[in-house]
Amino acid sequence: MDITVIWALIIAFAVFAYVVMDGFDLGIGLLFPRLAVGESRDQAMNSIAPVWDGNETWLVMGGGGLFAAFPLAYAIILPATYPLMIAMLLGLVFRGVAFEFRWRDPDHRPLWDTAFTLGSLTAALAQGITLGALLQGVKVANDAYAGGWLDWLSPFSLLTGVALTIGYALLGATWLIWKTEGETQHQARRLAVGLGVATLAALAAVSAATPLLHYDYWRRWFTPPSVFLTAQVPLLVLICGGVFFWSLRRGAERLPFLMTLALFGLGFIGLGISIFPYVVPRSVTIWDAASPPSSQIFMLAGAVIIIPLILAYTGWAYWVFRGKAGVDGHHE
Amino acid sequence: MDAVILARAQFAFTVSFHFIFPSFSIGLASYLFVLEALWLKTGRGVYANLYRYWLKIFAVVFGMGVVSGLVMSYEFGTNWSVFSAKAGPVVGPLMAYEVLTAFFLEAGFLGVMLFGIRKVGKELHFLATCMVALGTLISATWIISVNSWMQTPAGFAINAKGQFVPAGSWLPIIFNPSFPFRLVHTVIASYLTTSLAVGGVAAYHLLRDRTNLGARTMFSMAMWMAAIVAPIQILAGDAHGLNTLEHQPAKVLAMEGDFEPSPTGAPLVLFGLPDDGAARLRYAVEIPHAGSLILKHDPNAPLPGLKDFPKDRRPPSAIVFWSFRIMVGLGVAMLGLGVFSLVARARGRLYDAPWLHRAAVAMGPAGFVAVIAGWVTTEVGRQPYTVYGQLLTAQSHSPLAAPALAASLLAFAVVYFLVFGAGVLYLLRLMSRPPAPHEAEPAHTPDRAAGITPAPAVDPPLASPAA
Repeated sequence: MDITVIWALIIAFAVFAYVVMDGFDLGIGLLFPRLAVGESRDQAMNSIAPVWDGNETWLVMGGGGLFAAFPLAYAIILPATYPLMIAMLLGLVFRGVAFEFRWRDPDHRPLWDTAFTLGSLTAALAQGITLGALLQGVKVANDAYAGGWLDWLSPFSLLTGVALTIGYALLGATWLIWKTEGETQHQARRLAVGLGVATLAALAAVSAATPLLHYDYWRRWFTPPSVFLTAQVPLLVLICGGVFFWSLRRGAERLPFLMTLALFGLGFIGLGISIFPYVVPRSVTIWDAASPPSSQIFMLAGAVIIIPLILAYTGWAYWVFRGKAGVDGHHE
Repeated sequence: MDAVILARAQFAFTVSFHFIFPSFSIGLASYLFVLEALWLKTGRGVYANLYRYWLKIFAVVFGMGVVSGLVMSYEFGTNWSVFSAKAGPVVGPLMAYEVLTAFFLEAGFLGVMLFGIRKVGKELHFLATCMVALGTLISATWIISVNSWMQTPAGFAINAKGQFVPAGSWLPIIFNPSFPFRLVHTVIASYLTTSLAVGGVAAYHLLRDRTNLGARTMFSMAMWMAAIVAPIQILAGDAHGLNTLEHQPAKVLAMEGDFEPSPTGAPLVLFGLPDDGAARLRYAVEIPHAGSLILKHDPNAPLPGLKDFPKDRRPPSAIVFWSFRIMVGLGVAMLGLGVFSLVARARGRLYDAPWLHRAAVAMGPAGFVAVIAGWVTTEVGRQPYTVYGQLLTAQSHSPLAAPALAASLLAFAVVYFLVFGAGVLYLLRLMSRPPAPHEAEPAHTPDRAAGITPAPAVDPPLASPAA
């Protein structure tokens, strides 16, 4: 396997790690208005307060990695989605400071809780719309973005925006089932049923709309012999969806979250089938955008040692905060 | 207004705001490391209480640093896509290493540092503090290397696509000519900034209650730090200046206000109004030959002038001239505060010197101002280039429309003043509370005696009778 493909996989891994890990953080932000003021919200907040910063770091890794390994893609995608990126960053500003500020200023806690929700919503929508904008293609000329600053806006990109937001909310709900108890868990379980249906519907809608965007997507998914392989993806989605609802009904605590992760994983594989080997779909391949081998080798030498270390101590940090989050557990 | 100016204004605004937080959190993380180490070594409760006191502040500062820093990592692409595409193969990997070796380390251990003392015990908790402090320093190292490479690019070649690519080894890129000077100057700046902030808070409380043990301890620590580090910083700054003269002479000439070449030795300008249009310094007050004495360590050494450079290759000298003077002036004031504290200490009156305490309160924010002024000096002084001597700023920006940039600049301004304004208010509120004076020992409950029970996020939470 050539090193450019390895870097594409590393960045894909970082993006996926970000999507699922910050996904449940953002999802909790989205669900905040549906949680009772006081105990439920405190519990929800405490379940992510020790880990959200690490989760968000994968977004820096995804962006920084793209800059380093595929600078041309970074230089095309960010101007192409400029308003989305700015909205996402500002949303994440509000979301991030709310963790501390809501405790620091009880008088204005409702304000910071609202900032937490609106920030999470803005970031989730912006990320989802960005995905759609990339799938529908961006105008590239002379190795630079050549479109206008609102080209990303389309019914399809809005669909992916809503779809990802619903998926994040499901991640948040199932995380709360795992990490909380009592009334909060009960409420999360109620929300997860509806969100599970909505997530599957959203996944189906995006999957149906994507091949209609361009013949190339259609060809990748529906022409033999590849169809025999690609057909496994929706099949597995159905199985995971089934297990998800069964586990909810059975009162399982972890399985709903793990099945939601599996659904995200399958969605991500689906995207891989549609996109690879492009990094800017149908304009720039990973090899077009790659930085020279000397840059990629230099980074890989460190990455192969450091990424396992990161996973180890991140895992340790999660393990330290294992079990149910109390209302005051992390905030003695 | 044209798109380049707007892109620059937006980047300058967000990076200046951002820089305030790490310049505090780098120093504060090291200070927390020292406090926890002292607590573990001596068992004295005052260190545990100070740790708790500053940990709450650290949590707020660090949070703001994270969210404002995330913005930076994407703004390179949104605003400077041509720079990103061209310089990405060289600076990208350094930034990727910053993420891998520093950001994950800080973020991974921050949760345990803030919330984990009861869960992991004090040795592992101390390890978490060490890792966070180490992470801040590693982060500074990589990002200063990137910035230094943009100031004094080395070890690169230009490929067929017009990109900067490594010419061979990575060592000349990482250890480019200005990197060691800039790193030392910046890290010391962050320690000095922190010691002044800590000293200011301590002095504020000493003015109200000079018996407060916590305030006395941290005042003494902060004043030692300021007294030792301020002179070192001035020496480091001098060395950095000589290095800049060697590699970016136009920047130094703009700092000094030297438009005319000085074949027989340059003066030291104390005051003046630089006029870039007319290329001269109005109302100059100068000390003859002192400029050459400082820059060349020889009063008669010749120095060039800005006029030796084409007009479109000179940095805007009015900004650089003044930001440099603000930085140096504050540096001298810091040295003065350090000397003042040494005198008071020698007389045994460190805690009974209201004028020293008032001076320390006044100097509390000085570090932040000096850091921003220094940053403006070096960044504006790099103009008109993004990669010095190689890539013009005017050729580095994204293909963006001015309305998009204007709208986002406005959004950043509103959000930053709102959010970080509130954050600074919360910080001042935390700082205005004295470190608890009679908590010489940790609280009495058994599980607390085993730890230092940091209370970073709330004290106590509404629904927590146990706290």
